[in-house]
Amino acid sequence: MNTAKASEKIKEKFANAITGWEEKNPKRVYFQIPPASLRELTRYAVNELGLRFIIASGTDTRRTIEILYHFADDNSGAVITARIVLPDKKNLKIDSIGDIFVGAMWIEREIHELLGVAFTGNDDLRHLLLNDDWPKNNFPLRHDNDR
Amino acid sequence: MTDNNKCFIPIGPYHPLQEEPEFFRLHVEGEMVTGIDIELGYNHRGIEKLSEAKHFDQGIFLVERICGICSTSHPFAFVNAVEDLAGIEIPERAKYIRSVVGELERIHSHLLWLGLAGHFMGYNTIWMWSWKYREPILDIFEKISGNRQHYAMMKIGGVRRDIEPGDIPWIEKSLGVLNKGLDMLRGAIMDDPVIQARTKGVGVLTTEDVRNYCAVGPLARASGLSIDTRRDAPYAAYGMVDWKVQTYEGGDIFAKAVVRILEMQESIKIIDQCLARLKTEKGPFAISVKEIPAGEGIGRHEAPRGECFHYVKSDKTNRPVRHKVRAPSYMNVATNKKAVVGYHISDALLVLAAVDPCYCCTERVAVVDDETSKTIYSGHDLIKLSQNRTKDIRKRLLGK
Repeated sequence: MNTAKASEKIKEKFANAITGWEEKNPKRVYFQIPPASLRELTRYAVNELGLRFIIASGTDTRRTIEILYHFADDNSGAVITARIVLPDKKNLKIDSIGDIFVGAMWIEREIHELLGVAFTGNDDLRHLLLNDDWPKNNFPLRHDNDR
Repeated sequence: MTDNNKCFIPIGPYHPLQEEPEFFRLHVEGEMVTGIDIELGYNHRGIEKLSEAKHFDQGIFLVERICGICSTSHPFAFVNAVEDLAGIEIPERAKYIRSVVGELERIHSHLLWLGLAGHFMGYNTIWMWSWKYREPILDIFEKISGNRQHYAMMKIGGVRRDIEPGDIPWIEKSLGVLNKGLDMLRGAIMDDPVIQARTKGVGVLTTEDVRNYCAVGPLARASGLSIDTRRDAPYAAYGMVDWKVQTYEGGDIFAKAVVRILEMQESIKIIDQCLARLKTEKGPFAISVKEIPAGEGIGRHEAPRGECFHYVKSDKTNRPVRHKVRAPSYMNVATNKKAVVGYHISDALLVLAAVDPCYCCTERVAVVDDETSKTIYSGHDLIKLSQNRTKDIRKRLLGK
């Protein structure tokens, strides 16, 4: 399976859900999907296409939080990134993918403590990096914390 | 102690022996480990947040400080990310120099691991040998960069220093001596019946486990999974030289050691070829980069411990608006939840160390009786326990 194919397959299967598609170069693909499609996409990418989950990264765009899920296609060397923009900054919630593969559990805890996103279905959202006595509702990577 | 049979052994978290501090709480029943809790965060320095306040050139020095052992891995991945963002193609000479630095680092990191693994098993000769052969690598770094650690070689658009053609014969000679040493180490470790008895079938990770935990690097390759960023997504000079990804079956400590030993010899092959090209390859070793455009970039580098991942987002200012760092150990440490359970306490140290995240905590191991608050084993005692187990096996196998 070559690179183009893995991303093309995703593009085809999620044609109705994908709202933005950017092929920065042959090895880097970014696309946007709604939060509701995350679990289906992850299952398809990891179980069907054999992609490897690298990590997720959350960003405060000021208007809201967006989470990027980076998957590696080790057959072709491509990184395929799904961008999920959370609709409401006051109510940051997304489904957990930790039950699909364990490798996502820690990063969900990390994004939870650093950006304040709740992962529905992940029961273990204790602090991973920050102290247990870190002040509540203070999220270090959020810009609205800046004094 | 929580009930009559269960006991917890805290490992860590302060005063690291090696790298970052972590905290492991082993659940044990008698001598057997039945569960493990892992806690991170003792060394959280907020590098991602700090990076937002540094301009791109400062960012390289910042990420170089993430890890003292593989100090070029993060700068390597970071410059790859920024160059991906800006669409920069670096000069050929810089590609070869980057690969030389990356591979020298792999050799010294693996030798460091091998030495400590030997020490934990009670094979102090392996420890001394490994560290003896690690020394010339640090000398090479000193010659190339002026520093034995934190070489500061990476730069957006190339490297900061050239490798002088006059130094190359000396470097090649040092590597030749090292290669003979590695042959000897390989034989000494792979053919030793006691080491085999001690490490085979211990701390096993199946291919399925590796996929489930998204583990990377030698850990994945020791479970038969052939993934290596250098081959899968070639960068620097890795696509321009001849080498092979080393894998092994079994997923136990023995497999992890073998993969690392074989990888070091592949690294020497890569370095030799790069040095040969550097003798003839003329041209600059860096290009000038004035501006980083708005956009996103992803950089990866196969660090000694596995794939190191950096994501950088720029808004056309001279600082990143977001910089995500994922070190390989982030994925690999979690596999201990699988690898330690079901084995002896005396094996736990070795299994935790086999991941090569850090032996850090092991110096601070203490077994404390909860009811009486009396220390049963100290960290030193546990290393002794591990070494005695090797002695017992040696007696059983060799009668001495």
